[in-house]
Amino acid sequence: MSATLYIITIILFGISYYKDKNKTKKALKKAWKAFENILPQFLGVIVLVGIMLAVFDADFISKAVGSESGWFGVLIASVVGAITLIPGFVAFPMAQMLLENGAGYMQIAVFVSTLMMVGIVTAPVEIKYFGKRLTVARNILAFIFSFLVAFIIGKVVGGL
Amino acid sequence: MILIKRYRFFIGAVIVLAALFFINNQIAMKTIDLTIYQLKTMALVIPPIFILLGLLDIWVPRETMVKYMGEGSGIKGTVLAIFLGSAAAGPLYGAFPVAAVFMKKGASFKNILVFIGAWSTTKIPMFLFEMSALGAKFALTRLFINIPGIIIIAMILNKLISKEEIKNIYKKAETYAS
Repeated sequence: MSATLYIITIILFGISYYKDKNKTKKALKKAWKAFENILPQFLGVIVLVGIMLAVFDADFISKAVGSESGWFGVLIASVVGAITLIPGFVAFPMAQMLLENGAGYMQIAVFVSTLMMVGIVTAPVEIKYFGKRLTVARNILAFIFSFLVAFIIGKVVGGL
Repeated sequence: MILIKRYRFFIGAVIVLAALFFINNQIAMKTIDLTIYQLKTMALVIPPIFILLGLLDIWVPRETMVKYMGEGSGIKGTVLAIFLGSAAAGPLYGAFPVAAVFMKKGASFKNILVFIGAWSTTKIPMFLFEMSALGAKFALTRLFINIPGIIIIAMILNKLISKEEIKNIYKKAETYAS
């Protein structure tokens, strides 16, 4: 996945450099400035996500969201998912393990969806660009939407 | 002083982590492991994202962005926003700086919101991963709900946020991406 990203970046960078050295330098400067600008938020978020993942580990979650846990399990899964925002390559193996440990499809769906779409811990980054109001509104809508996703997946995949 | 102010959120997070060592050593150690793991991921994905963002900023003229993703771009713009967001790699917080450059170049607010939504949940590399981990039925069902979901959420947010506020967000993007 990151290999493709690197190949594309290297090709485009090469073309840019070949076409105009100065412009390419300017592009790199802009890249650095944009990165430097958001670095403090990135670092803070990474430590917070680390803490959250350490506290809400797979053990904890699988206890909370077993297939018998019903709507209460869905609620807990959604809250845990909403707090952190972690990328899919961490989320899916975790979700798979939870499923194998007896979690229900509805609980897993709400967990995956909130994990990817709702991020309370990463809100500082979002607020920096989009302001408080939009950040709060987007996260709330994504949270509600995740329940719809869970309900439909529970019907289609879980056959409830 | 400025440095402390800029990094106050990070410093706060580190203080919480330090406190954790006294409360539960095991969790604190695990946090360190997870943080290092995430830093590695960030070191891997973030540089190309920002370099692409810089190249985009320098090479793509404003007119092009306005034409393809601006106010009048219609369905074409929405499809492009979904595609660009889905083709992306990296965690959602990588999407915000990219969105800032898009805004600076004149993409419409609705398309920015669609882009953010797509980046958050319909990424193509992740979709393949999801299929192998949770099954095709699960992944496909989620995808089919997500695409209209993202667009509807973008439309609601676009209506919810006042013109004034949107203007401010664009102004901020201008300073962050310059």
